[in-house]
Formats: sequence, C-alpha cells, structure tokens
Amino acid sequence: MDNHPLELTINGKTYKTAVEHRKTLADTIRENCDLTGTHVGCEHGVCGACTVIVDGKTVRSCLMFAHQAEGCKIRTVESLARGDELHPLQEAFIENHAIQCGFCTPGFLMLIIGAYENDPDITEENLIEVLSSNLCRCTGYQNIIKAVRSASGGLLAIGSDADA
Amino acid sequence: MSENITPNATFGKGVRRLEDRALVTGRGRYLDNLQPQGCLAVAFVRSPHAHATFQSIDTTSALTMPGVHAVLTIDDLMPVLTGRKLIVGLPSAAIELEVDRPILAGDEVVYVGEAICMVVADTRAQAEDAAEYVEIDFSPLDVVSDCSLAIKAGAPTVHRNLPHNRLAAFGFRYGEVEKAFSSAAHVVGDRYEVHRGGAHSLEGRGVLAMEDSLRGVLDVWSSTQTPLALKKALCELLGRDENTIRVEMPDVGGGFGPKLVTYPEEIAVAAASVLLARPVKWVEDRREHFIAAAQERDQIWDMQMAVDADGGILAIRGSMIHDHGAYTARGLNIAYGSGVTLPLPYNVGAYALDIEVVLTNKVPTAPIRGAGQPQAAFVMERLLDKAAGVVGLDRAEIRRRNLVRSDQMPCLKPLKLRGGTNVILDSGDYPATMKSALEQSDWAGFQVRQQQARKAGKFLGIGIANYVEGTGRGPYESVSVRVNRKGVIEVVTGAAAMGQGTETMIAQIVAEQLGGDLSIVRVKTGDTDNPLGFGGFNSRQTVTAGASAHAAAQKVRKLLLQMAGHILEASEDDLEILPGKVAIKGVSERCATFGEIATAAIGLPGFAIPVLDKPGISASEQVIINDMAYSNGSAVAEVEVDPDTGSVRIIAFTIAHDCGRMVNPKLVDGQIIGGIAHGLGNALYEKMIYDATAQPLTTTFADYLLVSASEMPPVTILHTESPSPLNELGVKGVGESGVIPTAPAIISAIDNALAGWNLHFNRAPLSPQDVYASLRSDSKGERA
Ligand code: FES
Ligand code: FES
Repeated sequence: MDNHPLELTINGKTYKTAVEHRKTLADTIRENCDLTGTHVGCEHGVCGACTVIVDGKTVRSCLMFAHQAEGCKIRTVESLARGDELHPLQEAFIENHAIQCGFCTPGFLMLIIGAYENDPDITEENLIEVLSSNLCRCTGYQNIIKAVRSASGGLLAIGSDADA
Repeated sequence: MSENITPNATFGKGVRRLEDRALVTGRGRYLDNLQPQGCLAVAFVRSPHAHATFQSIDTTSALTMPGVHAVLTIDDLMPVLTGRKLIVGLPSAAIELEVDRPILAGDEVVYVGEAICMVVADTRAQAEDAAEYVEIDFSPLDVVSDCSLAIKAGAPTVHRNLPHNRLAAFGFRYGEVEKAFSSAAHVVGDRYEVHRGGAHSLEGRGVLAMEDSLRGVLDVWSSTQTPLALKKALCELLGRDENTIRVEMPDVGGGFGPKLVTYPEEIAVAAASVLLARPVKWVEDRREHFIAAAQERDQIWDMQMAVDADGGILAIRGSMIHDHGAYTARGLNIAYGSGVTLPLPYNVGAYALDIEVVLTNKVPTAPIRGAGQPQAAFVMERLLDKAAGVVGLDRAEIRRRNLVRSDQMPCLKPLKLRGGTNVILDSGDYPATMKSALEQSDWAGFQVRQQQARKAGKFLGIGIANYVEGTGRGPYESVSVRVNRKGVIEVVTGAAAMGQGTETMIAQIVAEQLGGDLSIVRVKTGDTDNPLGFGGFNSRQTVTAGASAHAAAQKVRKLLLQMAGHILEASEDDLEILPGKVAIKGVSERCATFGEIATAAIGLPGFAIPVLDKPGISASEQVIINDMAYSNGSAVAEVEVDPDTGSVRIIAFTIAHDCGRMVNPKLVDGQIIGGIAHGLGNALYEKMIYDATAQPLTTTFADYLLVSASEMPPVTILHTESPSPLNELGVKGVGESGVIPTAPAIISAIDNALAGWNLHFNRAPLSPQDVYASLRSDSKGERA
C-alpha cells in the first residue's frame, strides 16, 4: 500500500500530501490536512458526522477516497466562521441549544448549508427529510430544527462565496 | 438562596453555553483530534467466537507487515503490569462468582469482541491489515446466548471453569405480600422483556497515552466519564504513584453510561505506550462499539400485581432475570436499581422481588442512560395498564389513585439504596405533575379524537407513563473556585463533561455569587489532580458538583467582600459584588476589581496579608449529600398505528417533569428531549440482535436503527420546580429522566390504538413486524 501524491483544495487553500489510494477523504482531511473539525462517527456512511461539501454537493467524506476529490473544491466546517464572526447558522445552533456534545455538529452544519445552497426555498418537509440523513444521539433533533428555522433567512448570504 | 442573588443573576437562566463556540467552529478537542508527533495506532485482535479456548497466538506473519512495531499479548504486557485483570466491580455480598475482565484474554474468550492481542503500527490501517495475520488456534466451546437459558440447570457455563452462570441472587421484600394477594379483588400479571441495546455516543471510546520523560509523567487522555477511576486503575495496574500519572479528559463526544466504566483497552494502551516508549492511541470504531462497549437492558420479568376493587395497589411480586454479560464491568447496580425503582412513584403496600443476575456469552453490561430504571418503569406501567383494564378504570385514574401524594413528602420508602442508605422521595407533587401532562395532551378529549380518526380509517392511540428518577448519587463531588490576579474566576472540578453543558451549569452557579459575569468564569472539568471525586454518572453532577460549587462560591464571595472592604476602607455591608469588581453600593466607580483584590490577597514577600486568615481568594468544597434527590414526571404519547403494516408513528409527545430548581432551563429541555429520543429508540427501533451462538448480527447503523429527525415527534415539555430539601440550591438531576417513561407510554398508546384486538404488548422494542404478527395471530381481532 504505497502513498501516492495528492493535491486537495480545502476551504480555498491547497494541501499537498501523499496518501494511499484506499485512504478516505475524511481521514485525509483530518490527518493529513490537520482539519479535525470533520468527525468520523461510523465510517460506513450512515451517521453523517463526516459530511463536507465537495463541488457544491454534500458528501459523506468517509465514503469517498481522497484521490477521488482531487481537483474538487472541498469545504469543511472550518470555512464557516469569518475570523471571530460566526456564520448565522453557527450562531443559531448556539442560541437554540442545538449542540450538546458537539460531535455531530460540524456534519449537521455542512449538511444544512449544502441543502440551502441547493434549494434556498426548501420546504419544511424536505428539510426534515434532509436532516434525517445525519444522526445525533444527544439533542433529539428538535433544537437543530429550531436553529435552522431561525437562521434560514441569513444562511445563503454568507454561505456561497466560500466556494472560491 | 434568595438573599445571595446578585443583580446579574445567572442561576435559572437559559444562558448560552460556554462550550459551544469551539464546538461549532470545528475546534473541539475530541480524543481522535489529538495527534502527537510519532504517535502509533492500535488495532485490537478480537475474538470471533462467543466462547472458545486457545493455546497459542502466532504473531510471526503479522510482525513482518509494513509499519508494524509490535504485536502484544497479555504475556508481553506483563513486564509493565502488576496484574492480569482489571478489577472494578462495586462491592456486594450477593456476588457469588468473580469474573473480572482480563486486560487481554489469556487462554479463554467469553464473548465476541473480547480483546486478545493488540497490533501497534504507524497507522491504524496498517495495524488493521496486520491484525488479519495474527493466527490463534481457537477451540470453540458451548455458548449461552440467552439469560433465561443460562440460568437453567445443565446449561453450558459461560466460563469453562465456573460451576454455573448465576452471578448473584438477591431481592427486595417488604409488607405482607402473600396476604395481600390472597385478599385481592384482582390479580394481573405477565412476563415482560426489555431488550439490550447500545449507548452509541456518536464518538466511541478512545485512549491516548504518552510518557513525558521531561516530567517523568505518563500522560493519558481518555474519552471517559470517570477519569479519576481510570487514574486509580492505572496507578494500581502500572504500579505507579499518583503523581507520575496524569489523566486528562478531552472533549467527549457523548457518554450515556458505558464510558463510566474503566475498560481493559485503556490499560492495555497505556501499558503499550510504556513498553514501547512511544505515544500510542486507540480509537474505538463503530463496529467495536457494537461488540465491545458495555450494553444494557436485557431483563426478563415475571410479575404480578394485586389490586383492590377500586384499583388500589395492594402488592407486587415476582422475579426478574438480569443479563450481566460475560464479565463484571460494574457490579449489581443495574439490577439493584431496577428493583428499587419499580414501586417508587406509587404507594405499593407490599413488594417482593427475587432477582437473579446471570452470566451470558455477551459483552458485559453496565449502565446506559436510565440504568435499570427504564425497565422497572416499563414493567410497573404495563402492570398498571393491565390492572386498569381489569378494574374498569381509566389508565390515568388508576395512576392518580396510587401515586405518592405531596402530603406524604418527604416519603420514606421501605427500601434501601445499594450503599445502604434510605430511599426517601424528597419532594414533588406527582399527581399534579401528571395532571398537567394530561391537560396539555388533552387526555380527556382523546376519545372523541380517536373516534373521529377511526371514521377516517386511522387508528390513533394514547398512552401514559409516570416515572421517578433517582439522581445525584453521592457522596460528593469536588469543586474549587479561585479568583486569579487577572480577575478571572477559575473553577476546577472532578465533575466530568460529556456534552450536557456541565461547564456552563457550574459557571452559572458560581457566577450567581460572584457578580454574574459568565465571561470571566473558566471551568475545568474532569480534574484528576484532586483525588476527591468521582465523575459523571447517575445524573449526579448538578446535585453534587452544584452543591460544592455553590458552597465554594459563597466562601469566595465572602473573601472578596472582606478584602475589598479593606482596600476601599468600607464596611462589608456597604459593598456589592458587580461583574468583575466589588464596589460601594450605588457608587460603582468606587471599586476594587477582582484582579486587584486577588493580587492583594496573594500578598508580597515580607508584607503582612491584610484581613484574611489565609492568603488567596479561593475555596475548595466537597459537600456531602448521601441521600438521592428524586426527580419525577409523566409522559403522554399519542400514536397512529397502521394495522396493515404494523408501523407506528408518534404524533405528539408531552412530558411534564419536575427536577427541582433548574439551573438552566434550556439545558434541562435538551437533556429531556435527548432522553426521549433514546427512549423512542428503545420503544420501537433499537435492537441489538445476537443469534443462538451469541454472534452479534446488528453491527452497523444500517442494521441497528437510531432515531433520526423524521421519527422524532414534536415534544412539549412542562416544567414544575419542587426544590429538593437535600441541597441548598434545591436542584435535582435530569439526565436520564426523558428515557425512563418513553417506552411504556408509547407501548401503552399502541395497545390503545389497537383496542379492538385487545392486545397487551409485553416487550420493547416493538418492530412493525412484531405489531403486524400480533394482529394476525389474535383471533379476537376485528378489522376496520
Ligand atoms: S462517519 Fe461518515 S457517515 Fe458516519
Ligand atoms: S450533539 Fe452529541 S451527537 Fe449531536
């Protein structure tokens, strides 16, 4: 299992590294690029803790090989805040107590931001459907839904230029 | 405490959490985010058999694999260990068999997933590759998978050298049970089964150990709820003094019980790090969490309830079998807790329960959110539903007639806690709490709704369950509060934070006394430098750490006022504490800042310290509270059942609860809803399936279903605050409340929706297949 050179673009920054072909994008983001905000909760594509945005689509980075993401624009939770200023969705998560242990939180943030970027007028029903793709053991989801509702107006304004 | 409330009071407010900023920005310091230079990774070789012996472990091929540094068996670890076993069980005279977990299995494995040896390599992937090449000559033995079979005479034994599988037998008995049954108007009974499941914190367990040769200290980080217990075990098993081991708790991605147990893996990783003189890390993956982290809830109850003609409970009797798993990871506490809990919310004249704690060839059991209480509530509430039917009473009415009343408080129950202290329900108005849940859910108007829905072809049902949660397990937790030269309030506690907001909770209690500015409070949880403490379990920390935080903050408040009086040349009575400073009342610019006060209190060489008996603005407290504080509540579930598919949808869920005074209502709500989600899983979805040879079959989240956003009903929470008289703040715990009544309320609602079939579901979880099958097998059933 040899390492092969790899160049990843994450949050607008280029990371040059070398990893095995079998290494997942999640592990590579965490271990080779030192961006540990993306978490790994199951490694089999169900929990969504590893959700990141790749070329505008939310993906489970534990189900993608790092080499498959070469040449793509990858966004992780670390891209959301601007210095000290939090993204409105991050603010809303804090305000609505949508976080307990926080392990699922980065995945939910990226999931929701991806969903709103793809469909700014997403219906309540579709939103719940989207949220049900990630797991949280702590919050019982109610406050996550509340947070999204309270933030949805301000979401896209800040979200979309992060692709650059 | 009202006289102490400062103008900027923080106690009781739904303030933002101190923890959150780091967590939303991806800067949480979870165990696997710690990546020291040169850190090696561990993969454990685990038993594929539920029971087998082995003679040899051949590591030759594994050792030649790329990146591998070592393949270690228990014999390889022994040079740095003082013993082969991890002994952590709570003491009990009832325990007949000693089954402590080995650090790594020596020549026998007793459950699938038991660790046998560890491969240490540069990366986890390399370690896992090499683990495939470790060869072990297993001789499989007979297996006992089911606890009801394990207890039978002649059953194979879980451990080949033990005479039987009965780990312990004990029970509860008070009142004249037999007499009550012989005079009863009605006797109802059934066999109830509550099923085993996992905790499934989204972050699994994990441990990192590295020797710091400069300090001569072994640093250990673990995703644990009890860092002090881990430190104690490490000191014993590595034969080291307390000051040469430091245990740190990083951010923990959820606990829910199993992380309160100290595990063999934690010892093995630390030992490997010492042996190899390298940082070594192991992170539990999800499959390992499914097969090797403690589980809970398998219990089988054969129970009867005797009631009089008016539905008054005369007596309850029966027996319960508790599945202990293959080893003792904690003790008899779950089964004991179940037995104590069953009659608690109600006036039960007489009670007799015989408990057998039984070994099986499955992963050891230990508390999972609820810890025995959900099973007890399930059985009690199901019996009451049955009794209501026989007596001809509404299900809420039979409960109302039997609930412990407010005029009985404090109510001494004829039961003892496992440590020998009395069970005294400390406060609350249980009937009033239930009434508010009934009103909110429009229990009285449900029949009309049900009939209307029925006309439209829908089967609606409603169910209710009450609970009492024992919280605040003593004897104490440590909290120290210190004001530093910068005016920052530093709080250090042995309380452990697993995501509940412990830091915020403690900061609110402290800030309440000290000017109300949360932004200058820093809380360090999970401290292990002070050996006085226990950590997070049993919904104990708001009570125990809360009481100590309050007491310490009051002392610090006094010190601040004393020293400020000296600096400002004013009498203490003329001073007030404001955010970050002490000022003359009404003249806030005539003040001394916390920093100035602390600096004066620390002193200068050769100069006398004014006013204070001791230097520094600090206090450390361990308030002892032996009795438990009992939270209570009532849950009402409204469901729709589809008889054609057996599927169940929760339409609405109401919970009225009372956890004494609330430090932070937002956090309380969070705990309750999270608990309800877990309870919903226990009611309908979460099933840890083993086959007859104790092979676990559900080892992914695709097979074992956690509740997601779509299954979660809208939840209405009603608060009542009956202060606990047991601590000055009047607080009680709440971490496990939501989970306890949820399954019985839902199952009761399912019965009710299918009233025409006259069913009494006696187990949880209930899958659509189970419901469907019951509808088909019941000939009395009438169709829509
Ligand atoms: S870690 Fe990727 S979905 Fe769970
Ligand atoms: S906050 Fe803990 S898993 Fe979601």
